[in-house]
Amino acid sequence: MSQTPPSAEPKFPRDHYLNATYGIKSWLLTTDHKRIALLYLISVTFFFFIGGLFATLIRIHLLTPTGALVTPETYNKLFTMHGVAMIFFFLIPSIPAVLGNFLIPPMIGAKDLAFPKINLLSWYIYVVGGCFVLYSFSTGGLDTGWTFYTPLSSVYSNSAVTPAVLGIFINGFSSILTGLNFIVTIHTMRAPGMTWFRLPLFAWAHYATSLVMILGTPVVAITLLLAGLERMFHLGFFNPAMGGDPILFQHLFWFYSHPAVYIMILPSMGVVSEIIPTFARKPIFGYAFIAASSIAIAVIGFLVWAHHMFVTGESTYAALAFSFLSYLVAIPSAVKVFNWTSTLYKGSISWDAPMLYALGFIGLFTIGGLTGLFLACLGLDIHIHDTYFVIAHFHYIMVGGAVMGYVGGIHFWWPKITGRLYSEPMSRFAAVTLFVGFNLTFFPQFILGYLGMPRRYHSYPPEFQVLNVLSTAGASILALGYLLPMIYLTWSMRYGKVAGPNPWPATGLEWKMDSPPPTENFHVTPVVDWEPYDFNNRPDLGLAAGRPLAPAHGDD
Amino acid sequence: MQSQLPLYPEQASNFAPKVDGLMIFLTSVAALFATGITVAIVYFFFKYHRKQANAVGVPIHGDSRLEAAWIVVPLVLALGMFSWGAVIYVDYRTTPSDTLNIDIIGKQWMWKAQHPNGLREINELHVPVGRNVKLTLASEDVIHDFFVPAFRVKMDVVPGHYNTMWFRPTKPGRYHFFCSQYCGTNHAIMGGWITVMEPTDYAAWLSGSSGGEANPVAVGEKLFSEKACITCHLANGTGRAPSLNGMYAAKVLLADGTTVVADEAYIRESILQPNAKIVAGYQPLMPTFQGQLTEEQILALTAYIKSLQSQPVPTKGGGVAPARGAENALAAPTEKK
Repeated sequence: MSQTPPSAEPKFPRDHYLNATYGIKSWLLTTDHKRIALLYLISVTFFFFIGGLFATLIRIHLLTPTGALVTPETYNKLFTMHGVAMIFFFLIPSIPAVLGNFLIPPMIGAKDLAFPKINLLSWYIYVVGGCFVLYSFSTGGLDTGWTFYTPLSSVYSNSAVTPAVLGIFINGFSSILTGLNFIVTIHTMRAPGMTWFRLPLFAWAHYATSLVMILGTPVVAITLLLAGLERMFHLGFFNPAMGGDPILFQHLFWFYSHPAVYIMILPSMGVVSEIIPTFARKPIFGYAFIAASSIAIAVIGFLVWAHHMFVTGESTYAALAFSFLSYLVAIPSAVKVFNWTSTLYKGSISWDAPMLYALGFIGLFTIGGLTGLFLACLGLDIHIHDTYFVIAHFHYIMVGGAVMGYVGGIHFWWPKITGRLYSEPMSRFAAVTLFVGFNLTFFPQFILGYLGMPRRYHSYPPEFQVLNVLSTAGASILALGYLLPMIYLTWSMRYGKVAGPNPWPATGLEWKMDSPPPTENFHVTPVVDWEPYDFNNRPDLGLAAGRPLAPAHGDD
Repeated sequence: MQSQLPLYPEQASNFAPKVDGLMIFLTSVAALFATGITVAIVYFFFKYHRKQANAVGVPIHGDSRLEAAWIVVPLVLALGMFSWGAVIYVDYRTTPSDTLNIDIIGKQWMWKAQHPNGLREINELHVPVGRNVKLTLASEDVIHDFFVPAFRVKMDVVPGHYNTMWFRPTKPGRYHFFCSQYCGTNHAIMGGWITVMEPTDYAAWLSGSSGGEANPVAVGEKLFSEKACITCHLANGTGRAPSLNGMYAAKVLLADGTTVVADEAYIRESILQPNAKIVAGYQPLMPTFQGQLTEEQILALTAYIKSLQSQPVPTKGGGVAPARGAENALAAPTEKK
C-alpha cells in the first residue's frame, strides 16, 4: 500500500480518467462508469436548475394572497413542471446515477460496472426521456400535477400531457437498467475478501434501491403509458364516463411512486452511513442493523402505497392495514437514525463540510420521518391530507434528506472525482446556510397545513399570508445555500489544492485509488483484509491507530 | 381566528377536538424524539470534537440491547399512534343513522349543495349546529375534495361513484371550505363558506329561502316520466321492469342468485350501467343513461326512488318481480333465496 499520510504534499497523478482520452466523442461514447457519472452529473444538475427556477417563481408568486406573479394556468404548470423535473429527472437519478455510478465499482474493488455499455445506454435513455419532457414543458407546458391523476390528466387537461408521460415512460428504462447493473455488479464483481458484510453501507443502500427500481419502475411506466393511451385514443382505463376507474390509476401510480421515495432516500442514507464513520473516525454503530434496515425499508416500502388514498373512499379495512404497515416502515428508518447518532459517541469528530451536511441530513430527515407518522395516522390524515403539511413533510424527506445527502456526498467524494479540494470555510458556511434556509422555508408550511391551506393553490385566503411570506424569505436563503457550492466547487476544479488519494482519510476501497482515479480504477486487483470502517487496524491511513482519545472501558 | 398567528384552525365540529388531541399527542412524541436526537448530536459534536489531527475514536461496534430497545420502544409508540388514529377514522367513516342528508356536487370549479327540501346553494352550505350531517359527494368531471378545516374532515369527490362524509357542527359561525384535490385551472378558488346556524335560525333560513326551488323528489318524479323510466318500471309490478316501490334500502335478488342492498351506489349503477346487475326474473332490456343525465339529475332520480320506499310493494304474480318482492323490506323477515 503506497499511500502516504497527508503530511507530505500530494501530487496530482499524471494519468487519470479525465485525461485518458480527449474530445467530445471520447465522452459521448465512453463506457467508463466514472465518465458516465459525470455525464449524469451535468444532466441532473441541468434539471435541478430548471426545477429550481420553477420553485423560485412559485415562492415569489405566493408572496401575496391573490398571487403576485402569474396566471392560475401558469402557476399550475409551474408546480407540475417543478415536480416532474425534480422527481423524475433529478431526485431519482441523482445519487444512484452520479455517485453510485462513480463509486460502486471502486468500493467493491471492480474496474467497472458489470455492463458498461448498458450503463451508457441508460444515460442516453435518460436524455431521450428528458427531451420529451422538455418538449412538453416548452410546447404548452404541463398542468396535471406530477401525480397525473386521472381523469384530469387523461381527459380534461389542455396541456402537453402526452409527451410528458412518454418521456417519463422512456426514462423509466434508464432507472431499470441502472438498478440491474448495480445488482449484478454487487453480486458478481466484488474483489477477493470483499464479503457481503464488508460491503460499504453505501453499496448496501444501492442494492436495496436497485431492487425498488427494478420491481417498481415498470408499474409506473405502464400506468403513465395507459393514461397517455387513454388520452390519445380515448380508451376507457381510468375515465369513469367510459367505465374506467380513476382510483385504479392512483393504486397503480402509488405502487411505484411511494417506493420511489425510497429510491430517493435510501442512497442518501448510504452516503450518510459513509460520511459519519469517516469524520467520527470510528466504526459505524450497528453495521448489520443499518444494512438490514435498508433491505427492510425496500421490502415494506412496497406495502404501504394506499396511505396516499385514505380519503379517496377506500374501504376502512384497507385504510387500517395500510396505516399499520406505514407505521412498520418507520421503524427501520428510526433504527438508522439511532445508529448514526450513536456512532458519534466517543468519536474523534471533525467539523468538515461533509460531516455538517450529514448531521444536517439526520436532523432534517428525523423531522421528515416523524411528520410521516402524522400522515400515516388515519385520524389526522383526514385533516392534513393534501394540505401544506404534506408539502412540508415530503420536502423534509426529499430535499432535507435526499438532496442534503446528495450535496454532502458530492462534497465528500469531490476530491476523489476531481483530485482537488474546495475551500473549507466556504463549504462550512454553505452547509449551515442550506440547513437554516431549508428550515425557514419549509417549517412554516407544517403550520400552514394544519391551519388548512390546501396544496396546489395559486391564491389563498389572506390569513395564510404571514407564513407564506416567511417561507419565501427562507427560500431565498436556501437558494444561496445551493448556489454557493456550485461556485466554489467549480472554482476548485482548477484552483483547488491537490487532494491526494485519501485526504480525510477514509477506510473505503475507493480511497485506495489515485484522485482522480485512472480509467481502470486499480492497477492491481485489490484484496480486502480489513473490516469496514475500521480505523484502528489500518496503519496505511497514517492515524494514531489503536490510540483512542479516551481510555477504553468495557464497551466492546 | 384566535390570534394573529394561530397554530390551529377553529374547532367547530365533533371531530375537531378529537383530531387536535391526537395532534398534540403526536407532536409531543415527535418533539421528544427530535429534541433527543438533536441534543445528542450537538452534545457529541462539541464534546468529541477532534483535538489532534491524527486522533481516532473509540472502536465501538454496536450494542444489541440498545438496538432492541430502539426497535421496541418506537414500535410501541407507533402502535399507540396507529390505534388512536384508527379509532377516530372508523368513527368518521361510520355514518350515524339519524343524519341530515345533503347532496354535494363538485364540478370544475364550483360546489353545488342540494338540501332535502329542494333548496340549492352554490359555494355556500348552511347547516344547523348540533345535528349530524351526512354529505353525499358526487363529481361531474374530475376528482375534487370537500375539505372543511374547522371541522378537521375531508373526503375526495370521485367521478363515477359516491363518497359520503359526516360531521356534527358544534359552534355557530362561518367557516371556509376548500377543494383540496387538485382539479385544474381554478382549483384554488373552488371553495366557499359553511354557515353553522342555531337550529331556530336554520329553520327560519330553510323556510325563508326555499320558495320556488324544486323539491328533488318532484324533480326526480318528473324526470322519471320524461326519461320514460315509468313505461317499464310500473308501480303495480306489471311492467317489463321491476316496481321500485319499497326497493330502497331493501335486498334485491339478482339473476345470478346473489343479493345486493339497493343503496345510492346501486341505484346509480343501475341507471348508468343497467346490465351490471340484473334483477332475477327480468331481461336486460334497459338502455344505459351514461352521459345523458347530470349528477344532479341522478341524485334527483335517487331521491324520487327513495321516496317510494314507503309505497306498498306489489304482490307477486302477473309478471311482477317474483323473487324481488320476497326478498324485500328490511322490516319484514326475509326468506333465504
